[in-house]
Amino acid sequence: MAKRIEVSGLNVYYGDFKAVEDVSMTVEPRSVTAFIGPSGCGKSTFLRTLNRMHEVIPGARVEGKVMLDQQDLYASGIDPVAVRRVVGMVFQRPNPFPTMSIFDNVASGLKLNGVKDKKKLTEVVEKSLHGANLWNEVKDRLDKPGAGLSGGQQQRLCIARAIAVEPEVILMDEPCSALDPISTLAIEDLIEKLKDRFTVVIVTHNMQQAARVSDQTAFFNLAATGKPGRLIEMAPTKQIFSNPAEKATEDYITGRFG
Amino acid sequence: MTAIAENTPAYDGKVLDLTGKSGARAFKNTLATVLIVLAFAVAMIPLLWILWTVVSKGYHLLLSADWWSQSQRGITVRRAGGGAYHAIMGTLIMALITALVAVPIAILGAVYLVEYGKGTRAAKVVSFMIDILTGVPSIVAALFVYAVWITVFGFNRVGFAVSLSLVLLMLPVVLRSTEEMLKLVPDELREASYALGVPKWKTILKVVVPTAFGGIITGVMLGLARVMGETAPLLILVGYSKNINLNPFNGFMGALPTMINQDRTELALPNAADRVWAAALTLILLVLALNLLARLIARFSTIKSK
Amino acid sequence: MSSPDGTAPPDRPDGTAAEEPKIEDLVHEDAGTTPQFGGLASEHADHEAAQPAAEVMTESGVEAAGTTATTETDGKLDLGPVGHLGDRLFGGLARGSGGLVVLIVAFVGIFLLALAIPALVDDKSNFLFSRIWEPGGDQPRFGIAALFYTTVISSIIAMLIAVPIAIGVALFVTYYAPKRLAAPVAHAVDLLAAVPSIIYGLWGILFFAPILRPVINGLSTALGWIPLFEKPPGDNVGVVFTASVVLAIMILPVVTAISREIFAQTPTTHREGALALGATRWEMIRLSVLPYGRSGVVSASMLGLGRALGETVAVLIILSVPNGNDPWNSSIFAGGETFASKIANNAAEFDSPEKTGAYIAAGLVLFVVTFLVNSAARIIVDRSTPGTKRPRRNRRTRAAEGASA
Repeated sequence: MAKRIEVSGLNVYYGDFKAVEDVSMTVEPRSVTAFIGPSGCGKSTFLRTLNRMHEVIPGARVEGKVMLDQQDLYASGIDPVAVRRVVGMVFQRPNPFPTMSIFDNVASGLKLNGVKDKKKLTEVVEKSLHGANLWNEVKDRLDKPGAGLSGGQQQRLCIARAIAVEPEVILMDEPCSALDPISTLAIEDLIEKLKDRFTVVIVTHNMQQAARVSDQTAFFNLAATGKPGRLIEMAPTKQIFSNPAEKATEDYITGRFG
Repeated sequence: MTAIAENTPAYDGKVLDLTGKSGARAFKNTLATVLIVLAFAVAMIPLLWILWTVVSKGYHLLLSADWWSQSQRGITVRRAGGGAYHAIMGTLIMALITALVAVPIAILGAVYLVEYGKGTRAAKVVSFMIDILTGVPSIVAALFVYAVWITVFGFNRVGFAVSLSLVLLMLPVVLRSTEEMLKLVPDELREASYALGVPKWKTILKVVVPTAFGGIITGVMLGLARVMGETAPLLILVGYSKNINLNPFNGFMGALPTMINQDRTELALPNAADRVWAAALTLILLVLALNLLARLIARFSTIKSK
Repeated sequence: MSSPDGTAPPDRPDGTAAEEPKIEDLVHEDAGTTPQFGGLASEHADHEAAQPAAEVMTESGVEAAGTTATTETDGKLDLGPVGHLGDRLFGGLARGSGGLVVLIVAFVGIFLLALAIPALVDDKSNFLFSRIWEPGGDQPRFGIAALFYTTVISSIIAMLIAVPIAIGVALFVTYYAPKRLAAPVAHAVDLLAAVPSIIYGLWGILFFAPILRPVINGLSTALGWIPLFEKPPGDNVGVVFTASVVLAIMILPVVTAISREIFAQTPTTHREGALALGATRWEMIRLSVLPYGRSGVVSASMLGLGRALGETVAVLIILSVPNGNDPWNSSIFAGGETFASKIANNAAEFDSPEKTGAYIAAGLVLFVVTFLVNSAARIIVDRSTPGTKRPRRNRRTRAAEGASA
């Protein structure tokens, strides 16, 4: 469980447009790493290259290396489908499968990949829901549609769904931006707990959130609109928020722009 | 502050006239309202009239069990009796074959357009071809099948030929409605599935299609309802048979539209007229049942929030 | 240098266990499903349980991996190809269906052309401009002028009658009818679309045509000096005008349904903007709803026209075929034949390839005309600004209707 991600010299393109330029970083296992930065700076785009989800968009491609421990995720013979089984993802808006019950939603990753053993599925669903701090709220209505839960519960359901397949890494793309403050706190608690077992990477617009949940923080920025986004600075969270090395980082976290 | 107060006129307590608009404007508004309500009334008249005509003239034959279980075998124009079983079965069999051929092609074609071919030149070509197919009048579809099936291959006029021409009419309807439904499935669901390491084809089959299922079935039902009432292909591609023939590959076949057509020139004869209107009512009921079914399925299919 | 915002510690520093229970409480309140008593205790139990659970899961995860592709060997993950056979099969099927559609259309086109061309080559009269229709025999002579005229004039009149009424009904449903009446009326108009065309034809000739007789007489008396309205002798009701009115009733639901959807989509801001200026209801419609929906209504009318052009059976039943010896009459108060009714009427004549070819040539012309009209509708939709947004919104509304109970 939980692997180290090492990125070196990564460029991301959408067609001819260079969206992200020359990012190198190391994400430590069993830790929470936060990506912050203004809108359009490429942090979400970069996040999606960590499990090759950007390939869903036609014309998107990368240059550079993403190593998961010793393995290059972009080496030939590597299937993005297999990559996504070990690098899970949670999205901005909660997106439970509307046709499935709560149980089936959590089990969907295993079921769709061919696990049929009912007993094992039940076991995994219960554990994943415990793991997502959702079990007590839904244990009596596992057969009800997942879409019937509140927004915060839906997002935790999506986290349960992601951890049910036992990934090495969990990527979260602004997981709280569609949620109210109380649900947000619940997710933040959960992230705290998830890092005991997984490598967690989270993109957030909320600097307090980055400060609260993350061990490392990476600040992304872009020179101007139309220019590619770059990694400006990455450091332990405390250091970024108290004593950033770069002027741009300081300007951003003090609210002078962005 | 005080400067502004000095420029403001003092409160005078005058009552404003809020009773209405000027005469010409009020008149125009009223005129428009009258015309629009009139248009509505004019549109309702033929609807109610047609339904009244068909129901009042056709309902009594539908009440007899014979209507649903007997054919017109041996019943001449002047005689009463017999039923529409042969025609109902013919219509259903031809519609069923049509659906069996058209629906898989239509759904897979829509999957191609939305999931695989999106934005490619090939998809644009396919889409354009569907536009062409949408505009094909039923008589042209029938002519085409006649040209292939009878003129070139020398086969006989049979129910299956009708189904083939109906496929041409049903295919674009179902394909377009399926396409629209698949487009409605949010990309977030596809991404959620991909992020779990599920391959594309399984994502489509287990996540995308089930989510759109209600809409797809609705489209199929509406497509079926449309082809069931088609008469032109029946006139050209199969002869009307008064006997029960359940074999679409051999012999003439009864169908409700052709049953109506058969006796429509003999409406002076009361028994023939009864049969015509009863067949018309049966056809409307069949088509209506499909429409209602489509709506019901659409209503109860997708699991929805709250 | 740094401002208080930057230097101040975040409002909840990470890893402060002391605040833990408080937040758990909040979570519970949010969820509202857990019983309040013992909420804290059970949640803590949960936390403790989570750790061992993780261990168990690791085992089951590996077991599960046996059936999936995520097998772990020497710390290296198997990231090789997964499920590509399924993708190739299913993707192939989908692409094949797309290709099949192209093939079908190409096949239809080529086939019809291949059968029509020999007949056209043998045609001894001008195919486009002749009004004679005598295919077959040694000297086949046939032209589509009369068919084209009747087809187009009947459809255009149908459209002229249907569109204003459809706009009225659409406005009635969207902005005039009381809420409780609007939905049933909309459904009732949709119901008109469900009535098979043969029934329209029967009803039209038997019940509707007789009441049109005074209208026909009145119009021909008033406007008879124009050839278009000149009434030939006799008391014929199976005339182009009757067919047009019935066609109008048949295309009414299509035009109404599309117009209704567009009118309903007029942005609230546009409408409220007009009302806030003190506009009457009609002025609001004229200022905001009609301009917004104009292109949509035009394209709906074109689609209706396309339907009318291809309609077969209703026209076949209503129109009386002129006697072969009578001189051709351009009046809408005379009988006639459209492309579709001509073909359907003469299905029995398809005995020789030459004759069939002539009818197929006529069918091709009908096909081309219908296609041009439908394309025009599409182009109008694509060009106009509100129109381009329309189809997608339509889908959304429809899906919303479909999804909500």
